[in-house]
Amino acid sequence: MLHFDRFPFPLLGLVLAFTLMGAPLSAAGDEPIDTKEKYIDQVMHHVQNANEIHLVGNFSIPLPIIAYSSEDGLMTTFSSAFDHGHTAVNGYVLNHGRINRVLGEGFPRDENVHIEEIGHIEEGDHEGKAYVQYHGEVYPLDAPGTFMESSSFYDFSITKNVATMLLAVILMFWLFGSVAKSMKRRAGQAPAGVQSFMEPFIIFIRDEIAQPFIGKNYERYMPFIMSIFFFILILNLLGLVPFIGGANVTGNAGTTLALALFTFILMLAVSTKDFWAHMLWMPGVPIPVRFVLALIELVSLIIKPVTLFIRLGANITAGHIAILAMVGVIFIFSDFGESLMGGGVGLLISIPFTFAMNLLEIFVAVLQAFIFALLSAMYIGQAVETHAEH
Amino acid sequence: MYTAIGMGLAVIGVGLGIGMIGGRTTEAIARQPEAAGDIRTAMIISAAFIEGVGIIALILSFIS
Repeated sequence: MLHFDRFPFPLLGLVLAFTLMGAPLSAAGDEPIDTKEKYIDQVMHHVQNANEIHLVGNFSIPLPIIAYSSEDGLMTTFSSAFDHGHTAVNGYVLNHGRINRVLGEGFPRDENVHIEEIGHIEEGDHEGKAYVQYHGEVYPLDAPGTFMESSSFYDFSITKNVATMLLAVILMFWLFGSVAKSMKRRAGQAPAGVQSFMEPFIIFIRDEIAQPFIGKNYERYMPFIMSIFFFILILNLLGLVPFIGGANVTGNAGTTLALALFTFILMLAVSTKDFWAHMLWMPGVPIPVRFVLALIELVSLIIKPVTLFIRLGANITAGHIAILAMVGVIFIFSDFGESLMGGGVGLLISIPFTFAMNLLEIFVAVLQAFIFALLSAMYIGQAVETHAEH
Repeated sequence: MYTAIGMGLAVIGVGLGIGMIGGRTTEAIARQPEAAGDIRTAMIISAAFIEGVGIIALILSFIS
């Protein structure tokens, strides 16, 4: 069905179609991007999490919002109630697609009110924060909490990233469920259909990733390695599709950190005493040197999940930023040309670059999933290594 | 401006590293063509590591 010997290859044609349609679609209807700050802002906005799936212009797919703050309690609503940031619901606002809480007394918290403007505070004790203007008064906004700063409310909503992860989970269940069913049905026969499509991948993971690095009882860890590989692969590839909002899930530090922590905790849980003995009290070295070496080994142990998550997140985010910057070339040119002709020239320049970047990004997506699974297998293999295998 | 210089220096390192990997891989495949598959896999893995460091430098310079 996919005839790779006929040009133009359908796969390349599909990638070309995505790059051609994704760019204008995601740009249609947005406000004009005429300053450098707005350009960078748009690019950054597309690689960050959002509380609604913004497709085209004013059309978005609403998502449920669940926010809890110790003062106001639990608030649940849909993001459509926020009217793209023009309405405040129960003291919460949608600022650049992200839910923020309004600080300060005097702001009505029991009803939906129309707000005038959202801007940035220039000076004062809340400098750098966003503010909302209502009835002439200025109220600072509180963004959802991150690693670096805490916040006055907890955001448990189904955001764009969570919705994409749920989609990936449904996809994986459907895919592997049908593979398992067909394997049971056709036990002993040659595979057919979806099973024959997935089997090379699974055998590749078993023979190239799991078995060489983990050794004897690699079958215990095959489910984990396979889940990690396919989860990251599907999430990476979903992030490149522009139609469903292009959610940058694996670029988000939270997701990748959680995955790296899974590997780390599994590695600690199955580690043998030989592993710790070798690491902290290695034989054949004079005793004072052992302390120094043990310190270095501990640091390298902590570094393992950190590098895992930074490598995946930074690679995927950097690729998305590059693609979005190429798409933004259209805007820059249309702004220079002051007309559709400028946009046309921008399109001519941007299409080959965006096409090439998309191809590279597909390669990087597969590669990073492979590297993550490989390193997980390597760390687990190091942890379960017994003396007999030296 | 200094962040841009720092990023450029990091990219110089990445370029040199991956260039060396590519050259040595070609040499190794020329010496033993039967092992081409294994050598190619090792090359891709090493390239991913080195590029990872470069991209960490990129993201850090974006932040600052």
